[in-house]
Amino acid sequence: MEPALSIGGLSVAFATPHGALKPLRDVSLEVRKGEIVGIVGESGCGKSTLLNAIMGLLPANGRIVEGRIALGGTDLIGLGERALDAIRGDRMSVVFQDPMTTLNPVLRIGRQMSDIQYRRQLTGSNKKARSLAMLARVGVPDPAQRMAQYPHELSGGMRQRVAIAMAMLAEPELLIADEPTTALDATLEIQIVRLLKDLQKNTGCSILFISHHLGLIAELCESVAVMYAGEIVERGSVRDIFHRPAHPYTKRLLDCDPARIAGPTARLPTIPGDVPNLVAIPPGCIFTDRCPSAFTPCPGMKPAQRRVAEGHVAACHLLTATLPNDATVIGSRS
Amino acid sequence: MTPLLSVRDLKVRYPVRGALAAALTGEGTHIEAVSGVSFSIARGETLALVGESGSGKTTVARTIAGLVKAHSGSVLFEGEELTRLGAGALKAVRRQMAIIFQDPVGSLSPRLRVGSILAEPFLVHGLGITPAKIDRLLDLVGLPKEMAERYPHQLSGGQARRINVARAIALEPKLLIADEPTAGLDVSVQGEVLNLLNELRERLGISMLIITHNLHVVRHISGRMAIMYLGRIVESGPTLRLFAQPRHPYTAALLSASPRPDPDDLPQRLEIVGEIPSLFRRPSGCEFHTRCPFAREKCRFEPPAATAPASGEFFTCHFPLNAIQDDGRARP
Repeated sequence: MEPALSIGGLSVAFATPHGALKPLRDVSLEVRKGEIVGIVGESGCGKSTLLNAIMGLLPANGRIVEGRIALGGTDLIGLGERALDAIRGDRMSVVFQDPMTTLNPVLRIGRQMSDIQYRRQLTGSNKKARSLAMLARVGVPDPAQRMAQYPHELSGGMRQRVAIAMAMLAEPELLIADEPTTALDATLEIQIVRLLKDLQKNTGCSILFISHHLGLIAELCESVAVMYAGEIVERGSVRDIFHRPAHPYTKRLLDCDPARIAGPTARLPTIPGDVPNLVAIPPGCIFTDRCPSAFTPCPGMKPAQRRVAEGHVAACHLLTATLPNDATVIGSRS
Repeated sequence: MTPLLSVRDLKVRYPVRGALAAALTGEGTHIEAVSGVSFSIARGETLALVGESGSGKTTVARTIAGLVKAHSGSVLFEGEELTRLGAGALKAVRRQMAIIFQDPVGSLSPRLRVGSILAEPFLVHGLGITPAKIDRLLDLVGLPKEMAERYPHQLSGGQARRINVARAIALEPKLLIADEPTAGLDVSVQGEVLNLLNELRERLGISMLIITHNLHVVRHISGRMAIMYLGRIVESGPTLRLFAQPRHPYTAALLSASPRPDPDDLPQRLEIVGEIPSLFRRPSGCEFHTRCPFAREKCRFEPPAATAPASGEFFTCHFPLNAIQDDGRARP
């Protein structure tokens, strides 16, 4: 079956005064129909650039150097603006981090929800009925009253529900959620994640969930891609990633989460060092400088994606079946 | 021994509309953001104030630091009443307490180099400043001397946080107030900042008030915690006790809303519905009853009194979680 989203060998470059910045390099990812895939990584790992590349929203100085992006069999790269416009907000839609930037502050909720259905040949009252039904579905109380309100009259959690309702009105094949809960309190985060899960179940759409919150990823997603400095370093089922992480970065990232440390500790683990400069990409493994297990081949040779188990891959030299005899650990600058 | 800081029945009000508008809308001229909060912090102790946005935790911190005026109640710092101090006397007390604001970059002047930013507290209080003092501060927070030449926009999030900590400890305060010290930081950097605060407490014996909504952070940094809801503390006690056995359903809900990153160990969810109510329309009775999964008739009318199951612990709930479970009866 055709995957909902298929990305292969995607590389993106930004022209800067210091040279070409390469925020995404050789990224491959697949979202199957009806699947919820999580992308996890820290700031600067390329999560948002990936979203922009998929949506065709790269800034003027950015371009796709190579690779392909296909939405349910339709190749998105090379499509003209008109063709892309027909797909965005119809076959795929996005829920952004801050609902206040999604919603127009000077229009009532109802008006915005009708406007977004401009593609549908429906009467105004039919559009309104769809909006009402969708608001009820995403758990907005008193939907009829909300439709008459302006965005600033709603609380943060309600606004995000409205933003999700608007994205879902298009009945998209793919919903991309970019840190949709970051601006919300923990009790609301859980409510939104529950909502996304229910919507997926009831509509059958696929969801790409971008977050740095490991707990929410574990709760919501079936499979996970871990990004570091513009590359996907590990991919697998949610259990592979959280129970059997193979890449040293994934392991360290999990170790750092205070939620996973059972007893109280005065000394929390960290990942010393900084993300490498993405203008002058080092030739070897991108994580070498911060990796506690880096050894001889790491600085000079790029590790290929290797199969750890069925559906679980990681890019690390440690996974090579036989290590060369002269291999010595050079890592851990911490 | 008297505690370093003692807050008693603190109330803070913000004006929201004029008398005429209040009469027309039938709503008050003020909202009470902090509504009778009491707690104390011993020397060398860390207390965490936890709550959702709008719970009043930041207002409490700002009132202690004298940035917001208290409506009533008392704030005793080393036995001195702060709420009635004039500007001059308050300035002297402020040498003893420092605050780390929520936005690490926004609270550093963009036009000053780090060195000048760190010199500022000394200048404000008319104290001498030498380059060696700046170097020592940078060293205390684990940054190289060269950092003094940088401007705030040249710092990473974690570095900006460290500079805020360095500025806060410049005058060797007795109390450090940190408002969401790890908000917006990546997990790998978050640990650095918490380790730094823990280390400073050990080395300099500073007491701390940590304001946060991240419960997992609390567990690793503070011995005691207080949970705030709508401007009141609904439960407080030793951190580990509250984690092991929350009595107030709101505490339990906050705990279960912070999932452990493990797909096979999803917590038994205590789900609460809706969002924090508006301060304009405080619910009657127990103010949490509109969201509480266990609310009964009594909760809607009768505000619960504080119950102290042990010294240094209290909660305000008619039907505390464990009391009922201990009876062997199922929750309603």
